Amino acid sequence: MATTLAPERRSSSPQTAPRPVQTRKRRPRPSGWHLFLAPVAVLFMVPFVQMFLAALSPEKELISFPPPFIPSHLTLDGFIKLFATSDVLLWLGNTTVVAIAAVGSHLVLCSLAGYGFARLKFQGRTFGFFAIVATIMIPTQLLMIPTYVMFSKIGLIDSLGAAIVPWLASAFGIFLMRQFFLSIPAELEEAGMLDGCSRWQVFFRVVLPLAKPALATLAIFTLLGSWNDLVWPLIAINNDHAFTLQLGLANFQSTRRVQWSLLMAGNVVATMPLILFFLFAQKQFIATMTFSGLKG
Amino acid sequence: MTQSLMQRPVPTGEVAKAAFPAAARSRARRRARLRTLEGWAFVGPATLFVVGLSIFPAGWAFLLSLQKWDGFSEAKFVGTGNYSKMLSDQELWDAVAHTGLYTLLFVPASILLGLFLAVALNRKIRFIGFYRTAIFVPFVASAAATGILSTYLFNPQYGLVNNVFRVIGLPQQGWLEDKAEAMVVIALMSLWGQAAFTTVIYLAALQDVPGELLESARIDGANRWQAFWHVSWPQLAPVTVFVSIWQTIGAIQLFDLVYTTTRGGPLDSTKTIVYFLWEKAFKVLQFGYGSAVAYGLFALTLVITIAVVLYSRRAKVEAF
Repeated sequence: MATTLAPERRSSSPQTAPRPVQTRKRRPRPSGWHLFLAPVAVLFMVPFVQMFLAALSPEKELISFPPPFIPSHLTLDGFIKLFATSDVLLWLGNTTVVAIAAVGSHLVLCSLAGYGFARLKFQGRTFGFFAIVATIMIPTQLLMIPTYVMFSKIGLIDSLGAAIVPWLASAFGIFLMRQFFLSIPAELEEAGMLDGCSRWQVFFRVVLPLAKPALATLAIFTLLGSWNDLVWPLIAINNDHAFTLQLGLANFQSTRRVQWSLLMAGNVVATMPLILFFLFAQKQFIATMTFSGLKG
Repeated sequence: MTQSLMQRPVPTGEVAKAAFPAAARSRARRRARLRTLEGWAFVGPATLFVVGLSIFPAGWAFLLSLQKWDGFSEAKFVGTGNYSKMLSDQELWDAVAHTGLYTLLFVPASILLGLFLAVALNRKIRFIGFYRTAIFVPFVASAAATGILSTYLFNPQYGLVNNVFRVIGLPQQGWLEDKAEAMVVIALMSLWGQAAFTTVIYLAALQDVPGELLESARIDGANRWQAFWHVSWPQLAPVTVFVSIWQTIGAIQLFDLVYTTTRGGPLDSTKTIVYFLWEKAFKVLQFGYGSAVAYGLFALTLVITIAVVLYSRRAKVEAF
């Protein structure tokens, strides 16, 4: 049964694909694609809808059998219990600190480096850029053990710093910014240089303001990655005062598996900021996904 | 014009060198040194972090893979011992098999789903914005959130899926608690979270397919399906190669969702390579053996990438 699930899903679509052809000659009517898209869209929304419903449901109803599809009434008990019995606000703060540090540092360091590799000519440039491109091939799993040993030697383990340092800059970010700077015409910068600006002034006053779209892509990429990161905090942080939100949630799950409303309330707290941000900046998110796919 | 302006300092230096050798040469050298300094001031900090946190530890990991070390006591050099131990470690090979199963479930499904969704979303019809948002939003869900949602939705007793099964008269399933089904649930939930990625990539590629080509195919009497199959699909081939590599690399590195759903169970049926690696390294502190497994994973990634690229070269697809 289980193994046939995925193939079933696949084979249903070629049959729906040619259907709109028949409607071509008749009077215009709703596209046949709705028959495919509407159920898929609903299916994709189910987990999040369930998350909100469960977070607002009375705990008793979630563990009654058979479980009701719709709660009899909505309640904030799950959230109240969550805030009263856990450090979730502290973890939210920790994650926010990590994300802000990661995004801020990425924006500064990667745009500087991207500009340097794109525009400046200096000794070691080719070598430096080659080294950075080479790192893209290395899987993060290879780095976990030595980085852990390294961080514990310098006393970073179990502190928030351990979660932040790996997010200060990335090869992807440098690469993205370099690509962008290569794409803008150099004349603007030369005009600035002729007017007597230094490289730094040209960079900050002329180039960076043009780079907003690329900076938005970089910021979203870094925000998503640092906010949702689980593996590295799991390894590097065992002290629950330095827990990130994801780590706290994952830990919750093993300790309080049965309290669904509380777990789902935690899930809402962890996911809501990104959902809202996505709805607010959907275009930039899609641009980020496209770029990380095509150029990554 | 742009070139000559950018390189202005160099020619003046060259000319000056001929006229006033010694003084000018030292000035030119000082300028070059300043330029190197300036360049590294721009790229240095980021390069230091990236290289320091990847190439350096990667080299260290190789040294570790030749040792037996628990992080505290004296490290013992064992040569290729860890690697030969891998070959005969049944638990590792089981993990490889579980990872392979997940890859087979997830990668083709994610590519096909992304392709269908992209084709469907690539048109101007009513509610298209809503459909797009609904399908893309799950992309922001973290592994921890997805894991909790999976255990909730697929809970055998209280979960929505079994509840729906019960109402429509299908037999109840164990899902994450059944060793034959757990990996399928994990693959389904990965699809939910990551369909947006392949969809967006295919959408971007579809928008690059020249409209005139499709139109002329239709005028020649091709139906939409034929037009897609003979015109669009060949144009999408490079993207398909890229996406298969990308998704495969992601799939063989599966860890998060296993950790947040089954922790490798039931009966180790979802224990993947990276989960095995994590257990060896951070549960039983076999840093040396863990590093060797990590290098094995690295090698596997490279082999798969090279194989797909070679295969697509032979099939005459320009992917890179």
